[in-house]
Amino acid sequence: MQLKISHTTSYHYDAPVPYALQQLRLRPKSRPDQIVRSWEVKIDGGQRQVSFEDEHANTVELISFDPGVSEITVHCAGEVHVTDTAGVIGKHTGFVPLWLFERSTSLTAIGPQVRSLVAGFDKPAEPLDQLHALSAHVLEMVPYSTDQTSSELSAEQVLSARHGVCQDHAHVFIAAARWLGFPARYVSGYLMMNDRVDQDASHAWAEAYVAGLGWVGFDISNAMSPDARYVRVATGLDYLGAAPISGMRYGKGAENMLVKLQVEQQ
Amino acid sequence: MANTPRFYDEMFGTGDGPRAPYRDYDAWFSGEEVNNLRRKSMQAEALFRLTGITFNVYGMGEETERLIPFDIVPRIITAKEWSTLERGIDQRVRAINSFLHDIYHRQEIIRAGRVPAEMIARNDAFLPQMIGVAPPGNIYTHIVGTDLVRTGENDFYVLEDNARTPSGVSYMLENRETMLHMFPELFSQVKVRRVSQYPRSLRRSLAACQPPACSDYPTVAVLTPGIHNSAYYEHAFLADQMGVELVEGADLRVVDGRVAMRTTRGYTPIDVLYRRVDDDFLDPMNFNADSMLGVPGILDVYRAGGITIANAPGTGIADDKAIYSYMPEIVEFYTGEKAILKNVPTYRCSEPEALKYVLDNLAELVVKEVHGSGGYGMLVGPAASKKEIAGFRAKLMAKPGNYIAQPTLSLSTVPILTKAGLAPRHVDLRPFALASPKGVEIIPGGLTRVALKKGSLVVNSSQGGGTKDTWVLED
Repeated sequence: MQLKISHTTSYHYDAPVPYALQQLRLRPKSRPDQIVRSWEVKIDGGQRQVSFEDEHANTVELISFDPGVSEITVHCAGEVHVTDTAGVIGKHTGFVPLWLFERSTSLTAIGPQVRSLVAGFDKPAEPLDQLHALSAHVLEMVPYSTDQTSSELSAEQVLSARHGVCQDHAHVFIAAARWLGFPARYVSGYLMMNDRVDQDASHAWAEAYVAGLGWVGFDISNAMSPDARYVRVATGLDYLGAAPISGMRYGKGAENMLVKLQVEQQ
Repeated sequence: MANTPRFYDEMFGTGDGPRAPYRDYDAWFSGEEVNNLRRKSMQAEALFRLTGITFNVYGMGEETERLIPFDIVPRIITAKEWSTLERGIDQRVRAINSFLHDIYHRQEIIRAGRVPAEMIARNDAFLPQMIGVAPPGNIYTHIVGTDLVRTGENDFYVLEDNARTPSGVSYMLENRETMLHMFPELFSQVKVRRVSQYPRSLRRSLAACQPPACSDYPTVAVLTPGIHNSAYYEHAFLADQMGVELVEGADLRVVDGRVAMRTTRGYTPIDVLYRRVDDDFLDPMNFNADSMLGVPGILDVYRAGGITIANAPGTGIADDKAIYSYMPEIVEFYTGEKAILKNVPTYRCSEPEALKYVLDNLAELVVKEVHGSGGYGMLVGPAASKKEIAGFRAKLMAKPGNYIAQPTLSLSTVPILTKAGLAPRHVDLRPFALASPKGVEIIPGGLTRVALKKGSLVVNSSQGGGTKDTWVLED
């Protein structure tokens, strides 16, 4: 399936910003089942400083704001050809040892809530079935809802809140999968929802490592494994390691962010 | 010269006179008035105070700035002894750099089963952001301060590898400067190798690690956390001696893909940054977000080849005290040679059998935190009270993996000058090594730390230790 994507993120500030940097992880990964035909990242109000490939093979770009701007826009556009692999990404590559994906992070810390979640569902013997059951259980315990209070909740906090968005689902799933002994990671990317061109936001899901099969994706929020409508952009131990845009800024003043995202089939 | 036979005194043996290396010094010393030397010693202190060489001591209620006491009796090492130490340190530094490259790439040493994966996996000093990063020349640790102790004529042990940010080199230089100033005639009677080339060597060694983005003669700078840091004096001193800028995080920005410092002529890119800021505080965008001391984005520039950071982030994985216990294997794995310098036998309390032994023998052992430094949070069994041992036992049992234990070493002694004349005190030695793609250079000398309290085995300056000038004799 050929997907055409246009993704614009604009930040507006109350006051001119003297100095700020942003780290972008906005370039889809190229792989045999996900061929990036074209991709462009344009910045209005800032300069590209450096770019490098991080430990998870994400392309990272560091941009700086032009001095004194009060608005900056990051615009990505391109076409990606995706083949449906039923969520299977396959064998682990690169220098990052698999055990790193069993490491807890602050957003995926394992506490009483995660442990009780894991204790509270029937676990089929087959690892893959177990992970599907976990995914369903997470959605059951944390129904999808956009009325959230904070954007960076930990898995424990999400389980207390009892509702969440895709990012929250991914964090709970990752923490629980690690507690079950599976290496697990966070994926940020795009999903074409069938009924619309204008998507609400960029998407997030999780991948777990199953011996013999390799990495397998789980979109907890949509109760399925990713198919040809999913574009993998960045991966990491949690949201912070795979965030499309993260940054730091000198100066006070409130920030307003606006996202416009279109994903459509070519 | 009464000396308890339990310890090896480097100046006086069991015979009548001094040992060979100290003969010339002793001849000079015998011709001096003790009272006159005491006066000189006080002058030395005044001199240090004048130059401003001070040290903040942590854990004393408030941070107290004070002088590290200087003793005027030098610690003397023969050319032959030094040659062994030099070869041993060189070998170790090369092994550590190979180990770091391996740990952040293929991890062959773990695949080979020589170091268990948990040692790395459970270690906070391991930085995932460094995976796959190959610093210029594959040098991770550029400046190493290997801590050595001596227990006998030919028995030197490595106590710690200090591969992240060793401090104390300014004392090596100032101590020599002071000795030369006070006793110029002494240096014409005894041929001592010089150490004053250190700043030049440091600058040359750092410059040799220039990043790919550097096209000209490399610009070097020293990054300090600021005047409140205990080693600020040393940061300023080294920058001054090298003739490079001393900068703080707030002076630096990312400009044109480089880390640049504000100067009167605008922003100038830095090629090699000798940073004295810990990993955690180095880059609030990539590490501790609350850090006000670091440079946002410096790790990104580093990973893109725009700057060299010395020592490299993530180097701490090699000077962790639990990893230390694997150093003989590490040296052999990467150099194909047996380690020239001995390791102190180390019990890893994470291992049940070792833990049992340690708990049964707390009164005889030295127990240290795996990630600790500066002599904090350690137990010196033989010197501790029953209450202290009981308290430590509880801490140890709560988190065994946090600790290692070693036998209490019979550290050698060197005399210090007291009111009553010479009296033996325990010492250690920290030579300084510089690594670059051109090789490893070890300055003949180092920092000798001395426990000023009679019988004390803790030489750390933060625990009331002093320093001595360290002499390596010419051949």
